[in-house]
Amino acid sequence: MSIEPQEPVEGQALSGEEGPEAVAITPAARLAAYVQGGGVLVPVLTAVLAFFIGGLVILVTGHNPFSTYKAIFNGTGLNWFFPWVTGSDRSTAALNLQQTLIVTTPLILTGLAVAFAFRCGLFNIGGQGQYLVGSYAAVWAGSSWAGMPRVLHILVAILAAIVAGAVWAGIAGLLKATVGAHEVISTIMLNWIAIWLGAYLFALKGPLQNSDPSQQSVPVSNDVASSAKLPVIWGDPELQGLHIGLFIALAAALVFWVILNRSTTGYEVRAVGLNPEAARYGGISVARNYILVMAVCGAFAGLAGSLDLLGWQFRIATNDILNSANVGLGFFGIAVALLGRNTASGTVIAALLFGALLSGTSQRNLDPTIFEPELASNLTLIIQGLVVLIVSADVIVLTMLRRGRSMFRRRGAPAGAEAEPSS
Amino acid sequence: MSTAVATASPTRAITARHVGWAGIALGFVAWFIALPPALMRSPVPSVIIGLLAMTAGGWAIRAGEKRLGWGAVAAGIIGGAGAIASTQSGVGNLKDVVTWSALIAATLRYATPLTFGAMAGIVSERSGVVNVGIEGMMLTGAFFGIFGADLLDSWFLGLLVAMAAGGLLALLHAFFSIQLRADQIVSGMALNFLALGITGYIFLDHYGDQGTPDNISRVPDVSIPGLKDTSFFGDAIGKTNLLIWVSLIAVVLLTAYLFRTPGGLRLRSVGEHPRAAETVGISVMRTRYVAVVASGMFAALGGAYLSIGFVGSFNQGMTAGRGFIALAAVIFGKWRPAGALAAALLFGFSTALAQRLPAFSPSAAVLFQALPYVLTLIAVAGIIGRSRPPAAVGQPYVKE
Repeated sequence: MSIEPQEPVEGQALSGEEGPEAVAITPAARLAAYVQGGGVLVPVLTAVLAFFIGGLVILVTGHNPFSTYKAIFNGTGLNWFFPWVTGSDRSTAALNLQQTLIVTTPLILTGLAVAFAFRCGLFNIGGQGQYLVGSYAAVWAGSSWAGMPRVLHILVAILAAIVAGAVWAGIAGLLKATVGAHEVISTIMLNWIAIWLGAYLFALKGPLQNSDPSQQSVPVSNDVASSAKLPVIWGDPELQGLHIGLFIALAAALVFWVILNRSTTGYEVRAVGLNPEAARYGGISVARNYILVMAVCGAFAGLAGSLDLLGWQFRIATNDILNSANVGLGFFGIAVALLGRNTASGTVIAALLFGALLSGTSQRNLDPTIFEPELASNLTLIIQGLVVLIVSADVIVLTMLRRGRSMFRRRGAPAGAEAEPSS
Repeated sequence: MSTAVATASPTRAITARHVGWAGIALGFVAWFIALPPALMRSPVPSVIIGLLAMTAGGWAIRAGEKRLGWGAVAAGIIGGAGAIASTQSGVGNLKDVVTWSALIAATLRYATPLTFGAMAGIVSERSGVVNVGIEGMMLTGAFFGIFGADLLDSWFLGLLVAMAAGGLLALLHAFFSIQLRADQIVSGMALNFLALGITGYIFLDHYGDQGTPDNISRVPDVSIPGLKDTSFFGDAIGKTNLLIWVSLIAVVLLTAYLFRTPGGLRLRSVGEHPRAAETVGISVMRTRYVAVVASGMFAALGGAYLSIGFVGSFNQGMTAGRGFIALAAVIFGKWRPAGALAAALLFGFSTALAQRLPAFSPSAAVLFQALPYVLTLIAVAGIIGRSRPPAAVGQPYVKE
């Protein structure tokens, strides 16, 4: 009943949404074709389902899911777009929305860092480490050479971060290409090495600890010089207004799209992602692509680190580094990329969703009388896990839709619906 | 010419292997004699032994044992250099850092979660299912172990609760990777996030800012009468946690099961060639389900050891990448329990050493924390040789 050519199923979830447009006959086949053509239905269903299960978690632990989600929504500041929100609510919403967009900025980039690797058949879990080394480089370059012309200083600091991230991820690419070390393990190890490296660099008496005589007992870096701070375009620069980094991130998404879809490099990357053996047979150097792709991923993640540092953090403390071990923006990049189906536009939209979720559940934005922000941040982790879990299996949704397998028919719902909260 | 001859004749090749291994051993000896208790204060003997090791390595390389030979050369250089460095540093510092009995005890403590994690990885991957969710299953075990021990006031019941929770999470992984044929690496990674969120959520919801109470029933230490009071063995293994012994027994039992029983043969055949296994009447699905759930239970025991055996408390994300180090141990040990145990001990030793090295340089103390991760990275880079995973690992099975 399905009339598309039979393609290899494995790797499809990881490597792309492009597929032949099918002549839709049944609703199921139409849905499959839609998804194959880069449709939005499955990602939307995935997100809805994850939020629904998250709501169940809120419910069984004795809270009200509706008021909780409403409080989180208000915390995101997205209600700023509602014309009926006025007065002090509106100014709060504006502040919250600035936060959301500030978090969205690095998420776009860490999402791209994961998505680019996926398109080449690699799973980059090292976004966090690459983000961190990028931020170390940015804070070092940004706090040195104060008084440099502003544009130049910003560019130098960003470039330093990009190079640092690329080199860090390049290690994993090199190991994969030369000795076949699995990138999942090597990037995770590089994350931890980056964390302890940072904890050492900015520790008391560490090489990059701040040089302020009154701050010698604080394990924190020097402040970024004002000549390296990114201009703020919306809100108060003193109160974490929105900086221009958002546009840099959007430009990076454009670069991602151009490299991937309009360049020879991108063609090779996608070819390796779809079938490394065939690519090798066709004369493409798989090893070279692995190294290159990881370096590009690291560049995206490193850029994310620099935008956070130069845009609103301005300094980095060892505590923050150690706390980011499991819950950093680099990890959220995985869910962002998967939900965005590893495309540029999908990643941007998914980044906004997760950016909103992160800022909506933050200590600063969520109303603690309705829901504990600390609980809410774990709720974010649960939703993130559910999203990744459901996406991991949605290739099977396609297979089942396409082949009309009995399993789907019997259940009569998208296979994502079979996800159950564990424990 | 000579290499061609050597590889052609099996007897010569075996000799080259022996020389290579002897070279590596000599490299260790070179360093060992400069450390307590031997404490040779002159670098000359170590340098001579180091050179011997390098010569042996060179010979092995010429005879065709390239990887082993280079290993011996590296061991000679590292051993010699380490010995020179040791003779230059103070006796007091050396004695502080290198107390073999204490180092062995600490190695066992740090290696145990990794051993359990590695057994989890072996069971699952031998059946053909990649399990990168070990980290999350460990964390689940760590939390539910202490949660159960607290609520039921018994460490034993705590362990059972941990294993049930780890098994349940593994069941989810099994359902996704076996039934839905999900991408196993992605779904495993999802479990890590999920476990982080769920344990963090319940932990905060139940314990709040206070953290877990101090008076939780903990897995007891086993003291061996007779051995307890001897000076060296008493300090090293005279009084160790019950779960450390359990982990070592698990390695023996798992080895016996995998390689000496029909059940183990079935498990391995499902991981190597599921189609052939199915043809002779083995249920691939059921075997994989059982293996993955058992994997979750092993991992949970490792986590429970961390919380109610080793530390006595829980904090969010406390497994700190150990699940992934355990996976590296699986690869390093070539999917064999004994090999993985050796790797776990090596990683455990590096952690134990990292805890003591600050005696030398307090400012770089923090950097030493990265040592186990660096070592893991080097290990997966294949210093020991490329190892071959089970043939069908990571491939969902479609019944015909």
